[in-house]
Amino acid sequence: MDTNKMRELAVVIPHTYWGRRVTACLLILLAAGVGYSVATNHRFEWNVVGQYLFHPDILSGMVVTIELTVLAMLIGIVGAVILALMRLSGNPVLVIASSAYTWLFRGTPQLVQIIFWGFLGALYPRIFLGIPGTDIVFFDAPTNAVIGAYVAALLGLGLNEAAYTSEIVRAGIQSVNSGQIEAAHSLGLTPSRALRKIVLPQAMRVVVPPLGNEVIGMLKTTSLVSIIAGRDLLTNTQAIYNNTYQVIPLLIVASIWYLAMTSVLSLVQIRLERKFAKGSRRSERSFFSLFSADAPLRRLQHHAILNGLAEKPVCYAAGAEK
Amino acid sequence: MTNNSSTPFLRIEGIHKFYGTDHILRGINLSVERGEVVCILGRSGSGKSTLLRTVNALEPVTAGRVVLGGTLIGYLEKDDGLYALAADELARQRARIGMVFQHFNLFPHMTVLENITMAPQLVLNEKRQDAEEQAMKLLAKVGLTDKAYAYPASLSGGQQQRVAIARALAMRPDLLLFDEPTSALDPELVGEVLGVMRQLASEGMTMLIVTHELRFVRDVAHTVVFMHDGQIAEKGPTLKVMTEPETPAAQAFFSTCR
Repeated sequence: MDTNKMRELAVVIPHTYWGRRVTACLLILLAAGVGYSVATNHRFEWNVVGQYLFHPDILSGMVVTIELTVLAMLIGIVGAVILALMRLSGNPVLVIASSAYTWLFRGTPQLVQIIFWGFLGALYPRIFLGIPGTDIVFFDAPTNAVIGAYVAALLGLGLNEAAYTSEIVRAGIQSVNSGQIEAAHSLGLTPSRALRKIVLPQAMRVVVPPLGNEVIGMLKTTSLVSIIAGRDLLTNTQAIYNNTYQVIPLLIVASIWYLAMTSVLSLVQIRLERKFAKGSRRSERSFFSLFSADAPLRRLQHHAILNGLAEKPVCYAAGAEK
Repeated sequence: MTNNSSTPFLRIEGIHKFYGTDHILRGINLSVERGEVVCILGRSGSGKSTLLRTVNALEPVTAGRVVLGGTLIGYLEKDDGLYALAADELARQRARIGMVFQHFNLFPHMTVLENITMAPQLVLNEKRQDAEEQAMKLLAKVGLTDKAYAYPASLSGGQQQRVAIARALAMRPDLLLFDEPTSALDPELVGEVLGVMRQLASEGMTMLIVTHELRFVRDVAHTVVFMHDGQIAEKGPTLKVMTEPETPAAQAFFSTCR
């Protein structure tokens, strides 16, 4: 583009944020330094890390961790939707029951809850289901046979998760404009259909980001079950270093796998967010586009500086709306 | 004022509505014939929208009844009074009554086509192909064929409202309710929506319209209802009510709104 043309067009010159650029350079230097020192420090025992990275106990621990996460989240989400609907039902008993549940499970340490479920057999040696005052019994068994260590772990994780997630689901449902429900009703949708077709899909947009947090949190919280059951990734890792005393490298092994799993989950979350953002005006810019967002303007700026037109940069906020 | 030959198509009888201690509707009686276009006018707060919303039971009433084509809407009549209908039965009644809202209320997570075809498939059990064919015809009618696969957020207000009308029409309603359909629009977009409504009126659709567009009312309405303080202050043929209002409230309204 020639100089005259640029004068005519009054090209807007993007502002250069020198502070940000200097900070970015410092961060890159810092990262390189830390990376170099970690890689070359032999006390990290990277050879031991490599030795145990694919150890069968580590891999089987990972399977248990994934299993516990999936099942506990399933209990958590189903429970959360039920709790949220109870909370929004308007029936005083249901509202109080839901609130009391959330109060109890959010208000006590999760470790205590897990231990409680693990030792339920000590409080109630037998579980039976029947009609009080009659001899009719549908179900009767020793508690420890029904609620083994694994089931106790699941209950401890899932029931606690339901309390937290119910607040997320409730916020999501309440974020949907009441006009949407009225429109659905006026078209002849029953309340339950309106909930499934109109409200929940829109609530998902609000629900997915915090829910992603919950899943990733759950992945690591599963290590709490070591106290009653174990066999998860962290517990198996601890079992190995209790014998070998190679604490740091084995914790690095566990961390590498936890990071790998949370990375996969983050990718899933991004995909879900895209899916439920369908039709919304504000979509987030992807990570990579940050590097090239104002490239055309930068090119013009380069031209302008070369041609002596850029003495007074006009402030330009990248990505500002209209 | 009542039709002497047969029972009217829509009959609103003795509707009362309280919000807490506020008496919003104070005994409304109104009859609408099949194919009649009735416009409800009045100052804001006079109860127009509330009245409209009682017709498809979006607004529960404190007393009174709405009867459409011989069916009591929203309630079940027993010897000792009125009982609220079961959810699925109420939904079936509402499917016959289309409604167009002030703020459009299109479903933002669905395309225009999905907005229109969702209820016919779900409620009327239409096949997807039939529903889409019908939807395309309706989109042609409101002049938006090229927007079938767009999401509502990318449309102008006027376009969104025309889609909302198409969505209501897709249920082949016996009656269409319009709740201030042009009040949220930029002035230059009002005409395109009113144009579609004019066409519907000329095709004989029964419509109950709350609006402030007096020119449109003058051209299209058969009957004008003027509401004041939760009551019908005046009702009658359009020209008569608009040019020779009898009550002071209506006289004041029509002289300032001209």
